[in-house]
Amino acid sequence: MSAKLRSTISKIGFPLLALILLFAAWQMICSFTNVPKYMLPSPADVVKAFQKDWQLMFTHARVTLTETFIGLFFGIIIGFLMAVVMDRFSVVRKMIYPLVVVSQTIPTVAIAPLLVIWLGYQMLPKIVLIILVVFFPITISLLEGFSSVDTDTVNLMRSMGASRMQIFRYVKLPNSLGHFFSSLKISVSYAVVSAVVSEWIGGTEGLGCYMTRVRKSFSSDKMFAVIILISVISLVLIWLTGVLQRACMPWEKSKHQRYSHSN
Amino acid sequence: MATLEVKNVTFSYDNVTPVIKDIDLRLNDGELVCLLGVSGGGKSTLFHVIAGLNRPQQGQVLLNGEDITGHSGKVSYMLQKDMLLPYRTVLDNVALPMIIKGVKKKEAREKASKYFEQFGIEGTQKQYPAELSGGMRQRAALLRTYLFSGDVALLDEPFSALDTLTKSEMHRWYLDVMDEIKLSTIFITHDVDEAILLSDRIYLLGGKPGTITDEIVIAEPKPREKDFNLSEAFLRYKREIISKIGT
Repeated sequence: MSAKLRSTISKIGFPLLALILLFAAWQMICSFTNVPKYMLPSPADVVKAFQKDWQLMFTHARVTLTETFIGLFFGIIIGFLMAVVMDRFSVVRKMIYPLVVVSQTIPTVAIAPLLVIWLGYQMLPKIVLIILVVFFPITISLLEGFSSVDTDTVNLMRSMGASRMQIFRYVKLPNSLGHFFSSLKISVSYAVVSAVVSEWIGGTEGLGCYMTRVRKSFSSDKMFAVIILISVISLVLIWLTGVLQRACMPWEKSKHQRYSHSN
Repeated sequence: MATLEVKNVTFSYDNVTPVIKDIDLRLNDGELVCLLGVSGGGKSTLFHVIAGLNRPQQGQVLLNGEDITGHSGKVSYMLQKDMLLPYRTVLDNVALPMIIKGVKKKEAREKASKYFEQFGIEGTQKQYPAELSGGMRQRAALLRTYLFSGDVALLDEPFSALDTLTKSEMHRWYLDVMDEIKLSTIFITHDVDEAILLSDRIYLLGGKPGTITDEIVIAEPKPREKDFNLSEAFLRYKREIISKIGT
């Protein structure tokens, strides 16, 4: 057995085993006690609910994903622009940074109803909420990446006659990519959750709406099914972010193979 | 090919206590001149002034007679750390100074590529710096320095982070390459042996604030004999320098 295969098995196999045991225990509790289904549906019930309702769920998921992507897109752009401006003008940084931090202490659930009042029941308030949640980690991480560049490297670039723009492009930007992707992984899952939360508050489409409806009809099996679906969506998006990261940062891979060229 | 003159330069970070004072030095065409002095004696500060990163309170820096005081981008600069950007391939790192000057990417890459063999890093073009050994990285950094300006190079302890064996191999290689490309170079070191081995002339920098206390000419033909560092002449120079530094 190759070392790589073994590490893959221990990486995936063990959590998988734990998951299977958990589901088995859950199924046993439901089968051998008489917990009512509306309180705790068994895994089999959840699977059945998913089989029955998956088309409806996917229609709603499409709406939620659309909101997530639009929100992420603008959140990243705004986060990026804010980081650039705050990095370039320290006065702006001093003015805005505390406000940005304070803005994050307001719970999402508290802003969501206000956004509905201001912006209506359509997609806009949902996207705005996602932007509000997403831009923060992006801004902070990029700012961190920009300011953590090596002073000597910047001096070297200056000695080559590089302009501020060139230093940004060749040093600061690539230097912050690692920070950016770590925060993007967080942002992606935040974005999905925020989309769902904002759909609870108002609207007619989306997984959040579906969730509110099944909750009101005490269909806990469907509730569990949709929760699992949301988790899976988040996981897939986080995984995709990782794939994107590896494509954008090919040099990271090379760090593991030092000295392949000898002197 | 170029000459560099530093005239009467005084610099302080706070406008009160100068770090270096009344520095005069001259670098002739194709010459390798060494600045030798203790750590913290203002050698790197002087380099920052020559490279145009800091503007001196007094004095001038002249490149081929042209006043370049406070102008960066005229003379190239290399530090002990190779400072190759980890996210660019070796080729793109080396080509970067030309790209910054506005040369097209493809052209810069082609031009840079031609020198890889001469600098002993052939085959590393597509690798990332992390895949190279310390000595190889310094060679790449030196090539980048050379491609940035073929006129004058400032090397700030470029080999001091290398182990002894790699270092002496680098010295030999360096002298060979310099013999071919004839780059005018000012070289900072605190290693007396390295200074004697590589230089045509040595300036001693000492005191607080740092001033040039002496100048020693190493009148040995180049390229130097393989065992120059074991010769009688070498030891004479070493004794002279050590007595002048006063350690």
